[in-house]
Amino acid sequence: MSSFGRCDALMIPQVPNVAQFGGDTISWIFQILFTLLFVVFVFYGQRIQMYVMIREVENSLLRLRVIRDEGRKTAISTIKELGKSKDDPTNRVDQFLEYVAFAPESMDPAGIVWKLEHLIDVQEARYKDEVKLMAPEADETQLNNLEGTLISAQVLNVIYKVIRHFYMLGKKTLSLYIIMQIQMILPLIMREAEAWASGLKAFTFGQPIGDGAGALVAAKLMHGHEIRKIAKDMVAATVPIEDRTAYVLKAEGPGATPGKPGEAIKQVIEENEGKIATIIIIDAAQKLEGEKPGDVAGGVGVAIGGPGVDQFKVEETVLKYKIPVNAFIIKEDIGDNVSTMRKEIFDAIDTVIERIKGLILERTKSGDSVIIAGIGNTVGIGQ
Amino acid sequence: MSEATETTETSEAKQPTRRFSSFLIAIVFVLLALSITALMQAFDLYRRNDLNYTTFMMIGLIGLALSTYMLLQTRKKGLQITLGMQPVTTTILCQKCGFKNIREFQRGDYIFKEAEPCPRCNEKMAITSIIREVKEKEKVREERI
Repeated sequence: MSSFGRCDALMIPQVPNVAQFGGDTISWIFQILFTLLFVVFVFYGQRIQMYVMIREVENSLLRLRVIRDEGRKTAISTIKELGKSKDDPTNRVDQFLEYVAFAPESMDPAGIVWKLEHLIDVQEARYKDEVKLMAPEADETQLNNLEGTLISAQVLNVIYKVIRHFYMLGKKTLSLYIIMQIQMILPLIMREAEAWASGLKAFTFGQPIGDGAGALVAAKLMHGHEIRKIAKDMVAATVPIEDRTAYVLKAEGPGATPGKPGEAIKQVIEENEGKIATIIIIDAAQKLEGEKPGDVAGGVGVAIGGPGVDQFKVEETVLKYKIPVNAFIIKEDIGDNVSTMRKEIFDAIDTVIERIKGLILERTKSGDSVIIAGIGNTVGIGQ
Repeated sequence: MSEATETTETSEAKQPTRRFSSFLIAIVFVLLALSITALMQAFDLYRRNDLNYTTFMMIGLIGLALSTYMLLQTRKKGLQITLGMQPVTTTILCQKCGFKNIREFQRGDYIFKEAEPCPRCNEKMAITSIIREVKEKEKVREERI
C-alpha cells in the first residue's frame, strides 16, 4: 500500500465499484458474453469472414483502379505527345481499351492453328491502323511502342474489370465462394497488374524489357553483320561462329514487336532445303520462386511462348526435316518480364552466348549450318 | 463500416482516401473512455488488495488496445501507389578505346544506337546497355533454403 501512497494525491475519479457485485456476478457476465460470442460465430462466422474478404478485395480493387487510370492517362498523354494529332485521341483510346477478340471455335480442332494465326494477323493489322489514326505523325518505331503502351493499358483495364465483376457479383449474391476464389488469387493478380503497369512505362519510353532477353542475345550475335529482312517484322544475319554458318534471327527493333519467329525459322530451313545441323532457340522464361533472376537453363524443344502458332510452325518444319532443336531460357520473375530489363538479366546475355558457342562445338561439325533464334519483344533493342 | 471513396484521378493527383463515419468514431471514443475507467477501477482494486483487479485490468487493456487500433486505422492514409519510373541507366561505350559513359536513360535511347563521338579517340560510340538496377531486400533466411 505504501508504494501507492503517492497516487492518492492524483485525485483518481471514483467510479462505482463493480467488484462489489462479487466474483460470481463477473463470472456470469463473462459466461453470457462468451456464450453470445459463440452463438454469433456459429451463425454469422462465415458472413463475418466474407465481409473481411470483401474488404480485402475492395482495397485491392481500388489499387487496381488507380493503376488502370494511370495507365490510360499515360497512354493518352504519350499519343498526344508523339502523334501530334489534331483530334483528341481520348475517345479512340477508350475504344481501344474495350477492344475484344474471339478465339476460334475448337470443337473440330483440325486446322485451328491457321485460323488462330489469321485472327492474330487481323488483330495486329487492326491495332496498327488504330494507332496510326491516333498518332499520324509517329514513325514506325514510335507506332510499335505506342501499340505496346496501349496493349498494356488494355490488359490493366481487363484485369480491373474482371476483378470488379467478381467483387460486385460476390457482394450481390453474398456468396462466400465467389469472393473466396478472387481473394485467394488476388496476390498473384496484383503482381501481374503491377508488372503490366511497369511494362506500360517501359513501352512508353521504348526501354528494353525482360522478355527481350532472347532478342538481345541474337542482337549481340548479329551486330556488325549484314542484316536482311525475313518474315514479317523479323530480321536475319549470316554470322560465322566457330567455323559454322549461323543464321541469327530476331524481331526487328527497336520498336516493340515480337515479330513472327516461327515463320522466319521456317523460311530459313526451307531456303537451306532442311540442311540445318541444329536450331538453338533462346527465350525468357518465368522462374520459380527461389531461383535467381538471370539464371540460365538449357534443354531441348521449341522455346517460343505466346499463343502457340509460332511454336507449332517450327515443330512441324523440324519434324519434316528431322532437325534437332535446342533451347536456352533466361529465368525471370513475372514482374521482370514486361518491366525494363534488370541488370541480372542483361548480365546473363554473355553467359548464354558462351553456352551457345559450347553447344555448337559439341553438337555440330565444322562447316555445318545452324539457326540461332532470339525470341521476345525487341522494344529498345536494335540490331 | 468504413467506405472507400471513389476517384478517377491518378495516383499523383489525388490518392483515394478512406472516410469513416462519425458514428464509428463516437463508438471508438466511448470504448476508449470505458477502457480508461476500467483501468482506473483495476488500479483502485489493486490498492485495496482485491484480486478482482486482474479482470478489470484485462478488460481495460483489451478495450484500450482495440480503441487505439481503430483510431489509428482512421488516421491511416489511403492507398500509397507510386507508378513512377524506376531509375534506368544507359551505358555508351567506345568500341575502339573502351571509354564508357554511364548516364540516365533518355527517350529515344536503344541498345546498339549510335551515340556521340568518343571524347577520347573521336570514334563513334554506341549504346551497349540499358538497365534497371533493383535493390533486393535482404533475404538471408531464404537464401539458406
